[in-house]
Amino acid sequence: MIQACGLRKVYGSTVALDGVGLHVRQGEIFGVLGQSGAGKSTLLRCVNLLERPDAGTVTVDGQELTALGQRELNRARRRIGMVHQHFALLSSRTVAGNVAFPLEVMGVPRAERRRRVAELLELVGLEGRGKDHPRQLSGGQKQRVGIARALAGNPSVLLSDEATSALDPGTTESVLALLRRLNRELGLTILLITHEMNVVKSICDSVAIMARGRIEESGSITELLRTPGSRLAREVFPLPEPRPGQVTVTFAGHAEEPVISQVVRKFDVDVNILGGAVEQLAGGAVGRLRVELAGGGREAALAYLRERGLLVEVAS
Amino acid sequence: MTWEEIAPLLWQATGETVHMVAWSTLFTVVFGLPLGVALVAFDKGGLRPAPVLQNALAAIVNVGRSLPFLVLMIALIPFTRLVVGVSIGTTAMIVPLTVGAVPFFARLVEAALREVGRDVVQAAQAMGAGRLTIVGKVLLPEALPGLVAGLTVTVVALIGYSAMAGVIGGGGLGDLAKRYGYERFETGVMLATVVVLIVIVQLIQSLGDFAARRLSHK
Ligand SMILES: Nc1ncnc2c1ncn2[C@@H]1O[C@H](COP(=O)(O)OP(=O)(O)OP(=O)(O)O)[C@@H](O)[C@H]1O
Ligand SMILES: [Mg+2]
Repeated sequence: MIQACGLRKVYGSTVALDGVGLHVRQGEIFGVLGQSGAGKSTLLRCVNLLERPDAGTVTVDGQELTALGQRELNRARRRIGMVHQHFALLSSRTVAGNVAFPLEVMGVPRAERRRRVAELLELVGLEGRGKDHPRQLSGGQKQRVGIARALAGNPSVLLSDEATSALDPGTTESVLALLRRLNRELGLTILLITHEMNVVKSICDSVAIMARGRIEESGSITELLRTPGSRLAREVFPLPEPRPGQVTVTFAGHAEEPVISQVVRKFDVDVNILGGAVEQLAGGAVGRLRVELAGGGREAALAYLRERGLLVEVAS
Repeated sequence: MTWEEIAPLLWQATGETVHMVAWSTLFTVVFGLPLGVALVAFDKGGLRPAPVLQNALAAIVNVGRSLPFLVLMIALIPFTRLVVGVSIGTTAMIVPLTVGAVPFFARLVEAALREVGRDVVQAAQAMGAGRLTIVGKVLLPEALPGLVAGLTVTVVALIGYSAMAGVIGGGGLGDLAKRYGYERFETGVMLATVVVLIVIVQLIQSLGDFAARRLSHK
């Protein structure tokens, strides 16, 4: 749905994007995770060309945006919704006026606009607040207006730059739930950037981890967690550095099976559990355990675990 | 002089001042508003960056603002004659008033527009809005309280400038004060014009403040 290739953007002496590629599939929620200054916002703004990359191409919904002139680009942007960290609502307009803005830009007639605005406000749970001004709303409500506005043009893609970082945890959760619902009900593809692991854990299907203008790893969350040496796994499950010989077992989708006790029963091993956790991710429960295995059945036990589809990493 | 003698003079002079200020305000907005928008839009990082043009406009505006009004008024006499056919009188005065106020107002417009957050402009761009739409539906409406405040300041300044109309036989309250109060030592007339001027300025300022407050939804 969104395909970016070889994006490069330099500001003076800062290389904000250093050859970034991105592939977001239709209907998924894709998170870009990274620390402040990693280049996340720059990447997102390159997707709808608010920022022109110095090199590279961007294709959204089959249309190569980087090849378009300004007029066609403006038309293409109407099919890409964007949600902003600080809401970016027009203070001169009411809630309904804000949601109507993109419809006015598209030239939708007044009666049709009014109908659509009512529909959108209901969709985000703000029915009846149309006549209020943004300053009368809470942060979470403002972001709902922002989301309704972003959806006005029936976009196929929603871009979100830290949509929840100005919100408290409870409000964050409800806005994330709304995004999840829109993703499911409307089949909306969402590309969101965040510096909060929590956001990734609760709604993302796929993730890219960014640092210093590069993407360090990217893919679907379950896939990444099954990849040896995954940074995502280390960040989701903060365990201490393993000592040589220690074993890290990652299990996605098997969290309810008592594999460890099976191993102890079947093989001649002692298991010492050093640490671990189970996390509820969008794709299901995922767990990670740090253990020490001792005894003659050690190799057979490891092979058994691998056979069961678990990721087994032995520190050397 | 008695009040019966002063009143008609005062009435006429007030009318002349209102005439000069009203028309020059209108023309100031007509020319100053687009100029202020241009100063913002053509700037680096603006809606349509054109730094050379922007610098040229800014230079012209600065020249306009650095000339004392009295000098401007006299220097413009040939131009005024070209535009209105005469170079003296209340109507002729509208030309230098406008020329003097346009750069002043344009700078205030520029300042008000720069107050509009970059994020709302970018949000509009992300929605596929063109430049004219952004000016008309984002920049100007968002800056409206600031624009009204700027206009208020401009009108008050115009009232001040208009008092110099007497120099080119322009009439108005300033001229009245000069002819009676200064040249004939009629303190009563002087006081009366001062009071009328204060009342007018107060009225405009209060009206402007009220409007700016009503329009602001921040
Ligand atoms: N318009 C700009 N001019 C100059 N430098 C910029 C500009 N925008 C971004 N940068 C620089 O590019 C780098 C990446 O910035 P970016 O905003 O993309 O980071 P980020 O990952 O979104 O960080 P944050 O989490 O703080 O929002 C930073 O070093 C930043 O200083
Ligand atoms: Mg950012």
